[in-house]
Formats: sequence, structure tokens, C-alpha cells
Amino acid sequence: MTDTRPMSRRDFIKSQAAVAAASVAGVTLPASLLAKAQDQAADPDIRWDKAPCRFCGTGCSVLVGSKDGRVIASQGDPDAPVNRGLNCIKGYFLPKILYGQDRLTQPLLRKWNGKYDKDGDFEAVSWDEAFDVMAEHWKRALKRSMEENKGKSVDEMTSRVGMFGSGQWTVWEGYAASKLLKAGMRSNNLDPNARHCMASAVGAFIRAFGIDEPMGCYDDLEHADVFVLWGANMAEMHPILWSRLTDTRLSKPGCEVHVLSTFEHRCYELADNPIIFAPQTDLAILNYIANHIIQTEAYDKDFIDKHVQFETATTDIGYGLRPDHPLEQQAANPGVGAKHPSSFEAFARQVEPYTLEYVSELSGVPKENLLRLARAYADPKKKVSSYWTMGFNQHTRGVWVNGNLYNVHLLMGKISEPGNSPFSLTGQPSACGTAREVGTFAHRLPADLVVKKPEHRAFSEQVWKLPEGTLNGKVGYHAVLMHRMMKDGLMNCYWQLCNNNMQAAPNLNEESYPGWRNPDVFVTVSDPYPTVSAQAADLVLPTSMWVEKEGAYGNAERRTQFWREQTDAPGESKSDLWQIMEFSKRFTVEDVWPPALIETAPEYAGKTLYEILFANGEVDRFPYEGKVMDARGNAYRNHESEHFGYYVQKGLFEEYRKFNSGPDIIKKGHEMAPFQAYHESRGLRWPVIDGKETLWRFREGYDPHVAAFNPEVEKGDVYFYGNANGRANIIFAPYEPAAESPDAEYDLWLCTGRVLEHWHSGSMTRRVPELYRAVPDAVIYMSKDDAKARRLRDGQMALIKTRRGQIKARVETRGRNRPPNGLVFVPWFDANRLVNKLTLDATDPLSKETDYKKCACRVERV
Amino acid sequence: MIQPSSPSTAPARPWLQRHRWLLLRRFNQLGILAMFILPPLFGGMFAAGNLSSSMTLDILPLTDPLLLAQSMLTGSWPALTGFIGAGLVVVFYALLGGRVFCSWVCPVNLVTDFAAWLRRRLGIRAGGRISRSLRWWMLGLVLLLPLVTGAMVWEYVNPVSMLHRGLIFGFGWAWLILAAVFLYDLLVVPRGWCGHLCPVGACYALIGTRAPVHIAAPRRERCDDCMDCFTVCPEPQVIKPALKAAGGHGPVIDSIDCTKCGRCIEVCDREVFGLALGWVGKQGFLNRDRDAHAPAERRKNALQLRETRAASLRREAQDNNVSIP
Amino acid sequence: MAIDMQSKRNGVGRRDFLTGLARTAAGVGLIGLGLGLYSRRAASLPAWALRPPGALPEDDFDGACIRCGLCVRDCPFDMLHLARLGQDIPTGTPYFIAREAGCEMCEDIPCVKACPTQALDHGLTDINDADMGLAIVSDQDACIAFQGLRCEVCFNICPIRGEAISLDYQRNQRSGKHALFIPVVHADHCTGCGKCEEACILEEAAIKVLPRHLIQGKLGEHYRLGWEQRQRAGGALVTPDAEHRYNLPEGMRYDHGGEGLIEAPGDAPFPSDPLDTLNRGGSL
Repeated sequence: MTDTRPMSRRDFIKSQAAVAAASVAGVTLPASLLAKAQDQAADPDIRWDKAPCRFCGTGCSVLVGSKDGRVIASQGDPDAPVNRGLNCIKGYFLPKILYGQDRLTQPLLRKWNGKYDKDGDFEAVSWDEAFDVMAEHWKRALKRSMEENKGKSVDEMTSRVGMFGSGQWTVWEGYAASKLLKAGMRSNNLDPNARHCMASAVGAFIRAFGIDEPMGCYDDLEHADVFVLWGANMAEMHPILWSRLTDTRLSKPGCEVHVLSTFEHRCYELADNPIIFAPQTDLAILNYIANHIIQTEAYDKDFIDKHVQFETATTDIGYGLRPDHPLEQQAANPGVGAKHPSSFEAFARQVEPYTLEYVSELSGVPKENLLRLARAYADPKKKVSSYWTMGFNQHTRGVWVNGNLYNVHLLMGKISEPGNSPFSLTGQPSACGTAREVGTFAHRLPADLVVKKPEHRAFSEQVWKLPEGTLNGKVGYHAVLMHRMMKDGLMNCYWQLCNNNMQAAPNLNEESYPGWRNPDVFVTVSDPYPTVSAQAADLVLPTSMWVEKEGAYGNAERRTQFWREQTDAPGESKSDLWQIMEFSKRFTVEDVWPPALIETAPEYAGKTLYEILFANGEVDRFPYEGKVMDARGNAYRNHESEHFGYYVQKGLFEEYRKFNSGPDIIKKGHEMAPFQAYHESRGLRWPVIDGKETLWRFREGYDPHVAAFNPEVEKGDVYFYGNANGRANIIFAPYEPAAESPDAEYDLWLCTGRVLEHWHSGSMTRRVPELYRAVPDAVIYMSKDDAKARRLRDGQMALIKTRRGQIKARVETRGRNRPPNGLVFVPWFDANRLVNKLTLDATDPLSKETDYKKCACRVERV
Repeated sequence: MIQPSSPSTAPARPWLQRHRWLLLRRFNQLGILAMFILPPLFGGMFAAGNLSSSMTLDILPLTDPLLLAQSMLTGSWPALTGFIGAGLVVVFYALLGGRVFCSWVCPVNLVTDFAAWLRRRLGIRAGGRISRSLRWWMLGLVLLLPLVTGAMVWEYVNPVSMLHRGLIFGFGWAWLILAAVFLYDLLVVPRGWCGHLCPVGACYALIGTRAPVHIAAPRRERCDDCMDCFTVCPEPQVIKPALKAAGGHGPVIDSIDCTKCGRCIEVCDREVFGLALGWVGKQGFLNRDRDAHAPAERRKNALQLRETRAASLRREAQDNNVSIP
Repeated sequence: MAIDMQSKRNGVGRRDFLTGLARTAAGVGLIGLGLGLYSRRAASLPAWALRPPGALPEDDFDGACIRCGLCVRDCPFDMLHLARLGQDIPTGTPYFIAREAGCEMCEDIPCVKACPTQALDHGLTDINDADMGLAIVSDQDACIAFQGLRCEVCFNICPIRGEAISLDYQRNQRSGKHALFIPVVHADHCTGCGKCEEACILEEAAIKVLPRHLIQGKLGEHYRLGWEQRQRAGGALVTPDAEHRYNLPEGMRYDHGGEGLIEAPGDAPFPSDPLDTLNRGGSL
């Protein structure tokens, strides 16, 4: 007990130091000591290969060390531009997430007396049995859908099957899923967990710029003079980016950091201008800044004249709740996203009421802090980069608040150049690369195409070699709506892959759980671990994760990164890609398409969806040589290609490239390099044109599309080619209150979020003993005053209640997060304390993203 | 089960009747242990701590006075609960008889009783003889050491606290000390620990000097010298004066060494022994019995008795290994 | 028989008695010596075992603690243990091992309240004043924060947030664009609760909690830190200098207490003294 310390590392350092000292002194060391130092320096038996980190959207690269078929080592990739060899504490433990004690290794089906039974216990079954039972349910539901859709146009089609995907899917998994659901089963009920995460950012990008994803890149972190954090706790959630931001703050004279949030968190340690605002008033603060810019005539008139168009949003749009909810009944325009033309003058009048006095009063922020913030934006000499994540996105006015920030940047012309950047950070490793770019949303098709537009559908049908009119034109069920539909029995099959929606989705007690356990619903969960979702499922499929398969992720700065399969998955685990493609073999086209449609493509009659979607001459175009080689002569397995007999990932990616890189594509601006290029680089930032990456979009010189779209563009000027008129939209949106605010009964705001140590609902990080030990349980962060008023002290177990549920957790008054009086913060990673029993399923009516940051709660002694 | 030296002339009584006190004691000893051990299993605390100091039902503090004394002799001042706890313990045993602790509470008693029983069963004749007064030396030593060293030296080896703590918090190597006590009692000196050495028992004995609860032999005339009581008694020297009226001793066992275990009461088929409540002023008589005598006689008796009592005490102190006749 | 004994005592018995007495005294004295020596060894507390909050200095603690385990029982987090015989810790005394479970620093300090003696000092009413030990970043090579990795688990878990452990921001010269977040322990505020050592994610913790006397340093009594004294005094301890004036070329300034030589800002096209303009003429 006293000294069980393994001495190897200390010995190593000592011997290194001895070698160094000896070489300086010109001493010859004993051979044994030298040999020891060299042995430790590089283990020749370890095969190293690169892979992006499994966790957040930063996209750090790591080197994965394998030996004897097992991942035994890792290191931050010293040659990766994002992280230069560094990792956060989660990245440090990456190999361990593969080897949790309770990995699932067999398909598990709820059975009773040898037969599937919704109320049975899980039993191990074969893949065949699992897919047989699953396909039986899916075929029944699809048949019902076909009958219901008889005589309807494609714009009115509904479907009773749905899939819930992930921003942690590899690019090709998302693409294959989209094909299976949208092309094969003609269901648009495909949504990713990115709906809970990025949907508001997407909505605002499309509304303002007509094209998704940030114009800048991480290099803004080194070029900005002013950083403004809007509802982003970068210090914990994007640790490596925060480290870059901090370095700039330390090294650049005059650099300042403004941090805005509804509670004090780790970023406030660096804040020059710390601002705690009342929940939901960020909308007003942004309008105040716009007002300040206009009142002080600081705006860039020339930029506005040339590159901006003014619009105004439809207001009083409700809160995305069920239509019979009183709040929806009261709303004048529930869910209406229409914008109306406006003008600079009209905009100026609209923001005029947002005076310093009014907004200071409304938000509770002292005037001097607001003024300092507004002046930073309004100073033409200062380059401002704004960063945000869930504080903006998980917001019942998420699209608006994203847009209001663009308004400020556009008024000043502070956009699309180094250091001037409104930058939406992402929470998942491939929220951009998979969920957004591949378009695994209920309303999207690959590369920014949408299901609603007939020309987009037609283009997709052409790429996918589908008969005209195959694709469903009606927007499918989004994440929250799926649960409502399952509860109501209108969706009967649900397949969740690569995420943990039972722990994530809001209002577990009233919507998610009753939906999943509805006897008319069959739920399949694919996961490496027995998550909360798996517990609530009917069929659990064991999944290969991360480097157990070949993959590709796209990070927040448009960087697409590939990796090769490094190790076998345990037991019978199969990748989501294998599962999706193999499942497609269970369906013939007759099971899913009406006879009329099949008649238009008689060559497909009798074929399986696998043959139509994957063995279609495109996806199966690239032969598989039996192994994947790297440039250094190392060989890697590829289980999917071995199974299907062709280089599956390459085939899918190259077909996907027809959407974003082909000559006749509808929406330019997403070009990607050929498959192999990504295996040979540490990621490339799209659009990749002629093999060259794009750092800042929309600006001549940086982005070749600008001159292509607008040959008359002045040197170094911008052109927002995502919109047909080349202009970005400044869209006025007012302050409107939150869906639920504290009252006498539930007297506190509840804000949920994450911690540095845990990610993705803790399903992987909590299985790393060190991370679990570092932060074992979710706690209720609250102010000392609030705790005292409730006769609670630090470390005491307390009950936290909302109108929807209650959980118990310990009170924390001296931790890393310091909420103001009147607000509590509870992290979300803890499977033993499901904070989503508390959260309200109010969403942004435009983006359908849940507001996990605001609802009313109360905290009591147990 | 007990092999008497010579069979009693009275008819043997049922086993239960011969062991009712023993069973009560065991129940008490184990019950106290259970109070400390079981509650944590059910979340709530019945009694927390151990015999050194405890808190029962969050309200009743009890502290071992010898431990507290040692602690104070190191120069440390206890907390109020410690004082109250020790005070309650002192008052309790001062009223009930100090060595009631030994036979009714102390867990080591289980070990040494077992050794005694086994010795009788196996007929082991342990030949070691040491003075029963050694415990007073030990007590002095235990109190002197903290004064000299500033540490509670005795607590490093004290089998009494070690056993109880071990049962509640885990033993480590403490069972070795208990094994040593057991083997010593079994093979070296009969009743060697509790009856000869233990300073904890000695301390409690002092506390109970004036206790009004006694074992007595009110029907001593019935004694048929079967020796059953001497065999089972852990401190057999205390019986003789009361039973045999030596030196005009009354029927009350007034030695502070008596642990009031009650074994003599239950093993005696002739029901010689019983409880006696009341202050003992004179040699072997309860005060209220003595009050029946005339005042003059009382004075005379007092002088006489004081002398014989002093002699008897001296005798005990000098040579307590009185061989059983 | 009584008479028999009487005679023994008066005659030969007296010598026997005295010899016996001496023998007993010597025996008991030897036992005492043995116990005393054993206690010296047994009383030493190893550095990896920490005492509960409020524990007296080790020597006093050893005397005061009556080994009752009430503090152990009253710890709501069950992180205290009672030492068993054979462990290197004084038998029966309470301790905890930071790496296994540190002290949660309850505001109401139930362990101290439970103590029937003053072994845990009842004068300790603010847990932040506890002194169970002192944390030390014991291996800067192993600590990944020193390499620029974003860990800071010790900082995050520290109950005396920002005071007992702070982060020193430095530039990462190797990567060139990241910062280092170096944990620094402050002896004045650290209570030695051990949460940092418990939480350290390394295989062997690079931050350890040890008895304070083993690691805490002390500035020479004669020396004061000038800037701290100045701040405390609210100004210079010695009369501030008279205003300095310097010979400088045009356009240059010199800031005595701050930046030193400064190139005067070229904001205004004219010197502030109109006479300069008039007399020197400029472009004329």
C-alpha cells in the first residue's frame, strides 16, 4: 500500500535525464542504461495509425497504437494542425472506451417462452433471428404505410418506420442510412441526434447564407482580437480550442475575451468581460448590440449596401410543443418560419427599442458590461470571433438567436476573413460531416439538398438510379416528433443507432419512454454498450465502434478526416454500416414500393433493396484487395468489405461525392477530394477544389467559388453564393420569452449541460474508470444562497423536481460551475440520474431543436 | 457438562435452570455487539463507535473511563460528550458493580470463558500461578505510561478494545492478541487474563467499590461443599468468606473482584446463592441488616470488623491464589 | 488458616513478600518498558495515511484519540477507516488514504462533532480551516497538464475552488498555438482533503497529499515580498520619488514606473504646447 508505484515511467525519465546529462558531459554510459532509454522511446512492435478523436466536434487527431490485434496505446497526433499532439482528458483515454467490461457481443432480443415478446427479458439471439424478427415488424409497418399512402402524392406521404441516427456516425454510415430510409423505404423519418445539438445552427445558416456550416475555420482563433462566447463553455466542451483561444489571449496585446452565459463556468476564469444574463435574454442583448451599432453609425455601410439583404421573421411562433398544448394554442403563428422583405431603415426601427437601459433591465446585466461588449463589436479596428454551441442552439428561439448574431457580424462586415468570424461549434465528432453534410435529417438530402424541392429529389433520384417519384417529398418526423408519434402509435418501428436517445430526448416520463414501450412499437437499438436506450429497447444489436471499422468524420471547421480499421470488434459486433446494408437484404422492392412505382423501373422488380441501393454498380464499383494498405506498408482489415466483397466505404464515399463534387450538382460549395486523398492527409477542409482546401468561405482569394459565381467581384471582397442574389440575410427577430419560466411553485431555472470528463451521455466515458472516478455522478450546481434557503448544504442529497419528473442528486455549491441565485445547473452524462426526466420537450419551432437550457424546477431536501 | 469436584447431594436441576444467567449474559454481550455491528447494514445507526466510546441512538454518549483517563493523562482535554459519556459509565457501574462490565459486556469474556470451559472439559491442568493483584500493578502502569510517554500506550495492545473494535471495524492482526489471551488462559494460567492481569477490569472493579448490588449466600447453611460454585467462578477467592463465614464474614460477597456473573447462583443445586441489594457497610452484611443490631453492639462490631476486613484485604492483596480446599 | 498466614507474614513471609513485590514491580516495569518502546514504533504515522479534519498534531493526537471509531461512523461518505493491528498506522486510530477516497469536506464536519475527545479539535468550525495535509504536484513530467493536455481534474475537483489550486496560464512553446493550464497548489488554502489525488487520472497520481510538515516550505523570516507589502499598505512603504524628468529626443516619452521608453503616439498632428508649433514652424 505504501509504495506500489510502478517505477517504469520514473525510471524512464531518470534514464532519459541520465542520457542527456551524459551526452552533455561527454560521458559514456553503461550499455544497459542506454538500451533501456531506447527501448522505451519507441516500441517497434506497435503499429501506429491516425484517427480523429471519438468525442467532440473539435476533431483532434490521435495516433492509435495496435499490437496483436488490440489497441494498446494512443498519443495526440503531433502533426495534426488542430491539436498538435495534444488531447483533452477524454482523448487521453480513447483506447479504453473500446474495452469496457460490459461490451455487448451478441444481438439481444426480448423473449418469452422462446418467442419475441415486448415484455420479455433480453436473450441472446443470432443475427439472423434478430433481423428476421426486426424485418417482420418493419415489413408490417411498411405495408401499412403503403396502404395509407395509396392515392397520395409524394408530397403527402407518411411512413410508420423511422431511424434515429447520429452525428457520431461515420460519413458512409449516415449516407447508407439515408439511402436505405429515404430511397429504399421512402421514409423521411430519419433524424440524427444532431437534431438535439446543431439543428438551430443549421437553420440559421440556411436562412442567412443559403448554405450550411461556418465560413471561417479554427485559424480564426489565432487571428481575432476579441473573442465572444455566447452560450459556449469552450473551456470544458472544446478543450483544445479553448487552449488555442487562451494562448491568443495570453500572447496578443489588447486581446480580450467576453463570456456570456446564464451561469458562471470555467470560461469565466479568462473573461475580461464576464456577463451573466437572465435566460432567453440573449435575443435582446444581440438586438441591443445591433441597435448600438446603428445608433453610433459604426456599421459598414459599404458592406451592407453590397452584400446584405434585410428581412424580418414571422413572430409569435410557439414553442414546438404538441399542437394541443396551451402555449401552441395561444401562439399566433405556431411553427411559421416565413421571412418577409425588409430594409435597413425598417431593421433600425425594429431594434431601436432595444436600448441599453431596457436590455440591461431585462437581462440583469450591468450597463457597463453590455456597453463594453457592444463597443467591441462596433470597433472597426477589432477583429471579432464569436463562438457558440448549445446555449444558442438548444433554445426555443435557436434559429433566431443564431441569426441575431449574424446580424451583428453582417452589420459590421466582420465575417469571412481571418479573425472575423461568427463560428458555430459542434458537439459531436461528425455532426457536420455526417448529420449535416450527408443530410440525415428528416428534411434533408445529401449536400444541402432538401426533400421538399422536386428538383432536389429529382437530382438525388438520378444519382441513386431510382425511378422518378421514388423519394418522399414530405418532411419526416424530427427527433422529438418521432417520440410523440410512437406514443400515439403512428410510428411503429424505430431503429436507433450510435446514440442514446432515451437518455437524451426531453421529457422521458411523458413522451420518450411511453413511446418506446408502446406495445405497437418495435424499437431496435444498436450500441456497443448496454445504455439507457438499450434498456428500453426490444432488440439490441452489438456494434463495432470507432477504430473497429473504417470511418470518416467531419469536424466543425469543415475538416473531413478518415481512419482505417485498427482492430476487430468483440464477439459478434458489427458496424452500423454492416447492419444497415445487411438489413436492406431483407426487403424486396415489392415490400416497400407500390406496384405503380415498380412498373416505372421494371428492371428492379423482385430485387432486394440491397441490390438496388448498394450493389448498384456504383457503391460496389471498387474491388477489395483483401486488405487496406497504408503508405508505410502496413495492412489493415476491413470487415465490411470482406463481407460484401467490394471496398464498401470507398464506393459509398465516391457515390456521395456525386452530390457534392460532380460537375452537374445543384448546390456548389461542398466539394470534396477523392476517397484516397483523405487517407493520405490529416483531414481536408471543404470545399476542396483542385486538391486545395478552403479556409475562409465567401471571400475572393480564399474561396475560388466567389469568382466563379461572380466574375466581377473585387479583389478580396465577399460574395455569399449560397443565396441566389449573392447576399447574406439580416433577419430581424425580436425577444420572446421562454416556454417555461420559474414561478411560485417551481421557482428555479434548470439548465442542463456537460462536463469536460464525460461526453455522449457518458456511455463511453463512464466506462473509463479514471474518468468515472474523476466525475462519478451528476450533481446539482447551485448558489450557496439558494442552497441555504432550502436548508441544503454542500454534498447533501437533494430532490430536483419539475412538472414532468424528479431525480435525486447531491448539491454542489463550490464546484466548477457557479450559478447565480435562481438557477441550477445539472450535467447530463449520468445514467443513474436521468436529467431528461425533468426537461421540457419545447423545441424551436423552426429547427425543432429542444431547449435543454431552460425550464422551471424546484429543489428540496430529501 | 461441568465436572464437579464431588457430586452434590441435591438432585440435579434442568440444564436451562443451571444456565439461565449464562444465557442472559451471552444474550447481553452479543446484543450489545449486534447494536454496533448490525445497524450500518440497515442504514440507520443504533449504536455507533465501540466500547471505547459510543453514541447510541444519536443521544446517549458512553465513554470508557479508563480510556478517557489515559487520554487525559497524556495532557489532552476531552470534549463534553466524552466527559458526559464517561460520567454516565462511572455512575452506571458504580451503582451496578464495576465488574458487571467484565461478565456482562466485555467481549473478551467470551474468549476467556470459552478457554475456561474448554480447560474444564479437557481437564487441562494449567499450572501457572501469578498473583491476582498483578492487575492493580497493570492498572497503575496503564495510567503511568501516558503520563511518561504522552501516548496511550496500553491501547496498542489492549485486548479488550482490540476485540470489540476488531469485531466492528475489522481485525487486521488483532486476532493474534486474542489468540494469545485465549491460549494463555487455556494453557498457562487459569483465568489468567480477566482474573489476574486485565487493568480494564481492575479499573471497573474500583469504580464499583461501593455498588449496592451483590451476590450473596443467604442460605449458606445449606452448602454441601460440592464445589460447583468454586469451579465455575472466575474469581473463586471472593466466594469463600461469604460462603464459609470466615472471620465472621456476612453472607454478602463484598469483594470488588466479584464480576456478578451469577454462575454460582445457577449452578448451585441447593440454591445457596442469590442477589442482595443494598449498601454493604460492614463485613459481609448489608447495612439494613446491620441496622437491626443495637448501636452499642454496632460500634463494637464496627471496630472488630474493620480490623478483620483490613486483614482480609491484606490477605487478598498478598496472596489471592488461595488454593481451593 | 488465617492464623497460619498471619505468622507467615510476620516471619519469613515478610522477606518473601518484599522479594515478590520487587519481582512483580520489575516484571511490570519490563512490560511497561516493552510497551513504551513498542508504542514509539507503532505510533509513527506513514505519509500516505491522513488524519480526519481537525486532527491534532500527530503526537497529541495519539494521546487524545481513544480509538472509538465514532468519526468513522459519522462520516457520511465512508471514507475514514480505523487502523487495524499490523497496519503501519497506530492501531485503532482513524485515517484515510487520499488516493482511495479523499475527504468531501462537509460543511458541518460531522466527524469532528462525533469525537468524544479533542483528538479532532472541536474548535474547527469552518472546514476550510482544516489541515489534513498539503497537496503537491509531485511529478511534473507525468502530469499531463504540464505537457499541454487539457485535464485539470485536480483543479476542477478542488473544493476550495481557485484558491487551494489555481491554474497558471502559460504559452505552449512546443505547439506554438496552445496554452498550458498548469495546476499550482497554494499552501495557505489547501486543506489536504485529498480529492485532487483521488481524482488524478494518471495511473499513479502526479499530485499527492502528504503531511504538511514534509513538504511545506517557509520564507526566511527576515524577508518580505515587496509588491505584497506595498499592496497591503495601500502604497509605497517609502516616500514615492519626486517626479523624474529625462533628456529625450522629440516624440519620445519615458514612463518611470511602467513601460519605460515610449514612442509618443502620433495621434495629434500638433504638439500639445502651441509655442512649439509657433517657434519651430514645422513645414514653413
